[in-house]
Amino acid sequence: MLKFDRVTKVYKVGAFGGGSFTAVREASFEVRPGEVVSLIGESGSGKSTLGKMALRIASVSSGTITCDGTDVSTLRGHRRLKEYYRKVQGVFQDPFSSYNPVFKADRVFAMIRSEYHPGVSDAEWRDKVADALKVVRLDPDQVLGKYPHQLSGGQLQRMLLARALLLDIDYLVADEVISMLDASTRIDVLNLLADLKARGMGILFVTHDLALGNYISDQTVILHRGEIVERGVTSKVFADPRHPYTKKLFASVPQFHKKWDEVEAELRAREAADTSSQPYHLAEGQAVPSELVEVTEGHYVQPFHPRAAV
Amino acid sequence: MTAAQPLPDPTTAAEEPAAATPEAPQREALYFALRNPKLIVGLSIVLLFLLVGLVVPPLLEHGPNERYAPPLLPPSGEHWFGTTQFGQDLFTQFAYGIRATFLVGLLGGGIAAVIGMTIGFVAGYKGGWVDEVLNMLTNVVLVLPTLAVLFIIAAYVDSYSVTTQSFFIGMTSWPWAARAVRSQALSLSSRDFVDLARLSGVRTWKIIVRDIAPNMSSYLFMTFILLFGGAVLAAAGLDFVGLGPSDGMSLGLIMHQAVKWGALQLGVWWWFVPPGLGITAIVGAMYIMNVGLDEVFNPKLREM
Repeated sequence: MLKFDRVTKVYKVGAFGGGSFTAVREASFEVRPGEVVSLIGESGSGKSTLGKMALRIASVSSGTITCDGTDVSTLRGHRRLKEYYRKVQGVFQDPFSSYNPVFKADRVFAMIRSEYHPGVSDAEWRDKVADALKVVRLDPDQVLGKYPHQLSGGQLQRMLLARALLLDIDYLVADEVISMLDASTRIDVLNLLADLKARGMGILFVTHDLALGNYISDQTVILHRGEIVERGVTSKVFADPRHPYTKKLFASVPQFHKKWDEVEAELRAREAADTSSQPYHLAEGQAVPSELVEVTEGHYVQPFHPRAAV
Repeated sequence: MTAAQPLPDPTTAAEEPAAATPEAPQREALYFALRNPKLIVGLSIVLLFLLVGLVVPPLLEHGPNERYAPPLLPPSGEHWFGTTQFGQDLFTQFAYGIRATFLVGLLGGGIAAVIGMTIGFVAGYKGGWVDEVLNMLTNVVLVLPTLAVLFIIAAYVDSYSVTTQSFFIGMTSWPWAARAVRSQALSLSSRDFVDLARLSGVRTWKIIVRDIAPNMSSYLFMTFILLFGGAVLAAAGLDFVGLGPSDGMSLGLIMHQAVKWGALQLGVWWWFVPPGLGITAIVGAMYIMNVGLDEVFNPKLREM
């Protein structure tokens, strides 16, 4: 289990770290094996930062990320980190910048070979790569031995997934893997992720696309300005959003027959009409606590001030 | 059927015969290097001068400062580059001068390149406090009045050879290289492929050497060329004020003597034109090489 416990990330800014910027504040959630957790939020909400911290590319300022009981931030030294990457891998948003432009694209496989499988024979390795490429539905003859600029974004992105498969990983951090792909390859990659999930892989699916999050995930985490405002079982969060930000986010999906002005007015009217009192409503002047409140089983929301503008 | 150390598919192989063995990317670079006219021309000129500096001096019977010929003879079959006011053979001086020039350029430029690139790469890749400390060091050395420091050092050191001169020039001329390399490394290390290399368990120095440096190889070579030229000129400056190696000879020293003994006013063009052309030709040829190398290293610039 990949467990985030009150994870906070503060960036130092300015000369000699004079200022600071909090990208993520006290985020807690889990990714279980065989489960897809989608991390949804707007640009700058801290979703990619959470993914980077899980991959140890960014450090954790406070709180802990544990992987099957091991605190990730204690993995000091090259060897222990390497063992961690054997279990946890990532795929990034931009397939073109994920490849070193001066080398052939299949160098990403060669790096895995030289670091993790130095003893494997050429023939054996060739089969292993061919198998991994078959899983991501790529023809080895078409993609091997070419430069990144000779391949399409979809091919490159799937090669990155194949690369992760060469390591028999338990968890995958997929940071906006689909947003740069066109519609037809998009569904291929989505279904591929579903396959991986069926094999027992835990996937942290970072996205800003609500439809994708709903399509693929078991759990949904909604991030807003570095804080988790709502999380829980995807069906419950999508069917019955409680936090004003979540409601607004869902309402902001463009609709054929409505303008945003109408949608917004409707949202406000509904908000004003709702005079019920809920356990997650805060009194006037009360500070927002970091603990989330359980609404129904497996559905949590951050307490908020009712009828306050978002 | 193919693999990570792949055999390229037949179509690619037909276009790029030398790329058929991608186990050695160096061999592929060599394939393109040998077909790049700019690289060939630049390299030929540099090698020609290097050859003159290496081969010619041992064949000459007179030393560079020996006064044995009539003064101020224009170029002839006897004295290819003419003679100085003191009856020294200018071709002899030129051949010995090229030797010293290459030594100063390679050693001084080399030392500066090693220091500058190491500091630049580490500062750019690591960031944070490492970057700040290295930056401060760089800035301190950057604002030192380099030539004045070299004067003082040259005045205090007893035995002063071309090697010593190169060493001090190298130790003081690296800061701008460090800054240039740092900014490039900084922008490259924020790219996703660096993160991906880290996720592949590759060590930091390997990432710097194998992922970041190859992306700026022509830039690094350019840096070296400029450091080479800078070292040659700095040495000429030192020679000019009489703080050069006492019994050596360099292209800068020839020009200095030409100016000092009024060659310009006397119209003795053969005294200062060949060494000036020599320095220009060497640095210029390296610049042409650099443009060629850019095409070799950057697959996007290759003609597909």
